[in-house]
Amino acid sequence: MLIKTRNLTKHFPMGIGQTLHAVDGISIEIDENEIMGLVGESGSGKSTFGKTLTGLLQRTSGDAWFRGEALPHKFTAEDHLKYSREMQMIFQDPYSSLNPRMTVLDVIGEGLFIQGRHTRAQIRDQVAMWLERVGLNADHMSRYPHEFSGGQRQRIGIARAMIIEPKFVVCDEPISALDVSVQAQVINLLNDLKQSMGLTMLFIAHDLSMVRYVSDKMSVMYLGALAESGPSNEVFFDPQHPYTRLLIEANPEPDPRIERGRPFAPIRGEITSPVNIGAGCRFADRCPSVMDRCRTETPADISISDTRKVACHLFD
Amino acid sequence: MTEHLLQVTDLEVEFSTYGGDVKAVRGVSFHVDPGETLAIVGESGCGKSVTVQSLMGIIPMPPGRITGGSALLRGKEILGLPPRQANRFRGVEVGMIFQDPMTSLNPTMTIGDQISETLMVHRNVSYREASRRAVELLERTRIPEAKNRARQYPFEFSGGMLQRAMIAQSLACSPSILIADEPTTALDVTIQSQILELMSELKRAENMSIILITHDLAVVARMADRVAVMYAGQIVESGTVDEIFYESAHPYTLGLKDAMPSNREQRDKNLMPILGSPPDLFDPPKGCSYYARCPFAMQVCKPKMPPRFTFDSDHSHYARCWLQHDDAPHEERLFQQGKRDVD
Repeated sequence: MLIKTRNLTKHFPMGIGQTLHAVDGISIEIDENEIMGLVGESGSGKSTFGKTLTGLLQRTSGDAWFRGEALPHKFTAEDHLKYSREMQMIFQDPYSSLNPRMTVLDVIGEGLFIQGRHTRAQIRDQVAMWLERVGLNADHMSRYPHEFSGGQRQRIGIARAMIIEPKFVVCDEPISALDVSVQAQVINLLNDLKQSMGLTMLFIAHDLSMVRYVSDKMSVMYLGALAESGPSNEVFFDPQHPYTRLLIEANPEPDPRIERGRPFAPIRGEITSPVNIGAGCRFADRCPSVMDRCRTETPADISISDTRKVACHLFD
Repeated sequence: MTEHLLQVTDLEVEFSTYGGDVKAVRGVSFHVDPGETLAIVGESGCGKSVTVQSLMGIIPMPPGRITGGSALLRGKEILGLPPRQANRFRGVEVGMIFQDPMTSLNPTMTIGDQISETLMVHRNVSYREASRRAVELLERTRIPEAKNRARQYPFEFSGGMLQRAMIAQSLACSPSILIADEPTTALDVTIQSQILELMSELKRAENMSIILITHDLAVVARMADRVAVMYAGQIVESGTVDEIFYESAHPYTLGLKDAMPSNREQRDKNLMPILGSPPDLFDPPKGCSYYARCPFAMQVCKPKMPPRFTFDSDHSHYARCWLQHDDAPHEERLFQQGKRDVD
């Protein structure tokens, strides 16, 4: 097992006794060379989880392990240096995640430069190699980010993460800002890199079809907690948690015949505020099969098979 | 030919820039009938938004310029109207909602006042009457506690609620056509589902027509009666939703379909991206604009613009592709039946 978290929690204090429960006790395990998909609506805490896991945010409580080694509660400068060789992140917005005043060479090579083990010439060679590998031209390294399209910038972001040759990459919505035809290019690239480098990934996205397509395991997050997790195809084709069911029912398919037969029963309401969450199931207000105890008792993770877990009182 | 509710013919739009003229829309024709949903699909930059914005008269001129074509709404020309007349039909005959409701609404006015303003301008009613109707409209778009919500400002609304408010505003004068420019792209799939359901419901109740602009084929499959596929400022294929999905006659339509994961198959096959990027519209290619990315490209495609080849008796399904010519080779995956040249 490469990555493990137990009750990982990130709260943001908001003053006057208010707390925003962004991530509230998430326990996951990701095996080596596996892609774990993390889905959920905006505001469910997916990105915060990714950032807390890689040490970009300091966690409030809980534990996290990388290759069996406990990750520090607070990352010091040395910890960042140490773990950035192993863990990298690819960000959602290819426009704001690249420094507009740095050339592509500096953007991609910065990681190697900070490690201080390479000469300028070596860094230049590596950058050239990675530009080619992600499907760009090595001659592009003296250009600036604004000279590239969205899909090309996302490739620069991928090259920046990969040049370190990390073991684990958090991909935070790497394709949501891209056109459909370009999405497929980036997904295929990530898949190739997974094969050739033995990468392990946490793939954060809200596009269910795409997450099922890329990932081996899938976890569904709602308001900071996991609703359901298991092998991707099982969760997608046979969802158990009422939230997962509604989420997958709401996911349209590019096929008019299927869409015409779809019962139109959209999920009610919107995700509630993550401020000062009390006891009870977080999904109770929107759940079609809500019971009395859902409002008072927080459901625990219940194993419904060797590989699947559901946090719902219906399965008690 | 019977008269359509909206008939757009050979629309051409250009933008002047320092680098030259960008030919954003290059001869687009389509029609909309009462009560139907036409989806316009394509990648970013293909001219879908510019097409509908020029119909509404909201492209900035200059630098924009409508260089040709006509758009008849119930037989009356709506392109190039003087501002006063344009204001009279805009928002009354045709309503419009946008991708990003947060930046499309005025942050300094309450939601209720923004809807009332539409009514006061176009329907000449009192503020009190307009406010009352604004609350009714918010209720019709299923905004809970509409009365209180009408007194709130946009920043107090979530993205989904703002999109509902914008729909309420666009419905204020009961338009016969609603133009929805990527209405759910910024929303979560659950909220998207709610908004699409609301739009279908209103369409049924009012016999309203919808022009839906999107790049998401799944949304098209769910909402559209007819589809126009746009590429580099042209409609490359058009037909009913079933024709477009099951009898795709243009390689670009096939490419869009192949780039999306299907929810049926297991994951052994790779997604098939469309390689390369769209052509430079400063200097659009003389021949087929998809030539450089097309897996089936032939010699004729580069120098000669393909005409429209139609497939059915009423000419509603057509594709701009040389593969539909009688002398073209057979392609397994393309629909190539009963083809005929019309252009």
